[in-house]
Amino acid sequence: MTASTVPAPGRLSNTLQNTWGWIKKIPPVYPVFIIIFLILGFLNPVKYQSMNGIMTFLRTASPLAVLAIGEMFVLAIGGFDLTVGAIVTFVVLVSSKLLANDPANALPAIMIMLGFGVLIGLVNGLVVSYLKVPSFITTLGMMLLVRGGALYYVGGAPQGYLTDNWRAFGRNYIENVPIFGRVPYALIIIIVIAIFSYILFNRTNFGKQILAVGDNVLASQLSGVRVRLVRVITFILCSVFAIIGGIMIGGYGGVNVTIGEGLEMQAIAACVVGGVLLGGGKGSVPNVIFGAFTLQAIVNLLNILGLPKPYTDVVQGLIIIGAVAYVGLTSQKKQ
Amino acid sequence: MTSTTVSDNWFRRTTRSVHIPTIYVFLIATFLISGLLDQFFSDGQILSNPAIMLNIIVRSVALGIVAVGQTMVIIGASIDLSVAYTISITAVMSSYIMQGDTAKVPIAIPAVLGIGVLIGLANGLTITKLKVNPFIATLGISLIIKGIINATFSNYTGSVPKSFEFFGYGTLGPIPVSIIILLLVYIAGWFLLARTKFGSHLYAVGGNSEVARLSGVRTDRVLIGAHVLCSMTAVISGFFLVSLMRSGAPWVGPNGLYDLESIATTVIGGTALSGGKGGVWGTLAGVLIFGILDTTFNQLGVNPYLKMVLRGAIIVLAVASYTIRSKKEAA
Repeated sequence: MTASTVPAPGRLSNTLQNTWGWIKKIPPVYPVFIIIFLILGFLNPVKYQSMNGIMTFLRTASPLAVLAIGEMFVLAIGGFDLTVGAIVTFVVLVSSKLLANDPANALPAIMIMLGFGVLIGLVNGLVVSYLKVPSFITTLGMMLLVRGGALYYVGGAPQGYLTDNWRAFGRNYIENVPIFGRVPYALIIIIVIAIFSYILFNRTNFGKQILAVGDNVLASQLSGVRVRLVRVITFILCSVFAIIGGIMIGGYGGVNVTIGEGLEMQAIAACVVGGVLLGGGKGSVPNVIFGAFTLQAIVNLLNILGLPKPYTDVVQGLIIIGAVAYVGLTSQKKQ
Repeated sequence: MTSTTVSDNWFRRTTRSVHIPTIYVFLIATFLISGLLDQFFSDGQILSNPAIMLNIIVRSVALGIVAVGQTMVIIGASIDLSVAYTISITAVMSSYIMQGDTAKVPIAIPAVLGIGVLIGLANGLTITKLKVNPFIATLGISLIIKGIINATFSNYTGSVPKSFEFFGYGTLGPIPVSIIILLLVYIAGWFLLARTKFGSHLYAVGGNSEVARLSGVRTDRVLIGAHVLCSMTAVISGFFLVSLMRSGAPWVGPNGLYDLESIATTVIGGTALSGGKGGVWGTLAGVLIFGILDTTFNQLGVNPYLKMVLRGAIIVLAVASYTIRSKKEAA
């Protein structure tokens, strides 16, 4: 008699507990993003409550998400990559000269840029691995090298404009798509990169090795992970993704020498908001993408509220510190 | 007889505690090589003109002063990337408050020093109480300062009075005031690190924070103190720069790369980035090496963008020359 009645409430509270446990496991970045996006929709219904508006938002937010995924690989291994912003500037400036205003040069220019991405990442990775220079100094030095090199090559100012076919990746849409209306190329690029990165990070040995190295270098070394190789590859991934992000940003932004300024911090901020642990050992591709979207939504929100542009720096600084402190203090409590 | 042994002892003690680092060999080598390069490819001013020598040192003053603070925080196993914008806010705020009026100097100096203390406290508290990685904490604070000054000032603001320019241009006999102040800051830095309880606690915290805490050092306080001192040195550098430029602009700090270069000079001066080891005199040599290189590039007429590339490469290689010997993996 009692035996038959007891399990019923138990089952109910169990399911409740399970649901609650499931809700608690949702990374905070998703509710935060949804709340901010709802506020945006409330403040500017025309722009943020139509499919067209959402697609435009995704177009502007996608490049940052690409940069953030690249940054995530380096952060997950316990390093920092601060060359990201300089690489974006490099892409835009050097392409403006390589293209020579001729659309036929777009493909070779993009190939050359990707080649540079591999090279920059390779040098970063080798310097950190073999010369043992901490990555933030290596990449800060590389930042000067990349920016200085680009400015030296173009002679201090952009040469010519970016051809329309080069800019298509960041600017254009596929028109007349059912349900969505029009889909920006940028969204397709971020989806492809997200799937590639997700599989690489979650479904391959390489991904596990990244986390292992980020968690404990010595332990992973002793268990046979080729730490230096893994590290070099993460730096290459980050630089190549920065190049791709740069091509997307160059697509909708103009050609100017300050276009990439501060993007490395935005990428790190997006990762931190997406729950990446600085110092390594944790990361998630979808969370980081939504971290980037959240950051972009916050920037748009500040714009709507009429705050001058420099204040986005202030807010970003507060977000970075706040998010890192939140992660640090909550994980400390668990210990 | 006894007096000579005493003074001998004192002398020995002092030299031992000063402990001239090997970096000075590199300093002399850099100077000679630069001088020779200059001799062959330019007008040979570096070796023949003592004014250039003095110029190298004056150029090193701004970097040199802030590098003392950076050395302290790095000894404490922390880092400060907010110094560049601390320098900017100092330059802008002091010329804004002074507005070319000597009477306002006594108001401006404590006010700006107060801002420095606040920045240092913000850095130190974020690192120790909120447990934020020092690198990210100071970058975040730096972004906040950057946003505030860029939102408020967009160009040269106000000016400093003639009397304040004494700091940048004045001389006591043949020696520029700025060099005397540089030396005073280094002596103060050395004294704090080598002769006070704060100094030994800072080394202990940098060496092993947990051990230091268990042996009764108030680690948080020590680290916050080091960050406040570091921001103060950035403020003094800012004062020097604004007195040279006569008016402050928001880009003074970041354009001078004071964050990165102060770290690089500290590291090539023999202070370990992992903390617990090092001192200010090595940093001074690092600063002078950077000053010599800078002057040499100018003498040789190197393209400014190429100079940026060379600076980046030199910083990384300079740090690499120290880190390459370490057995630990970097990240």
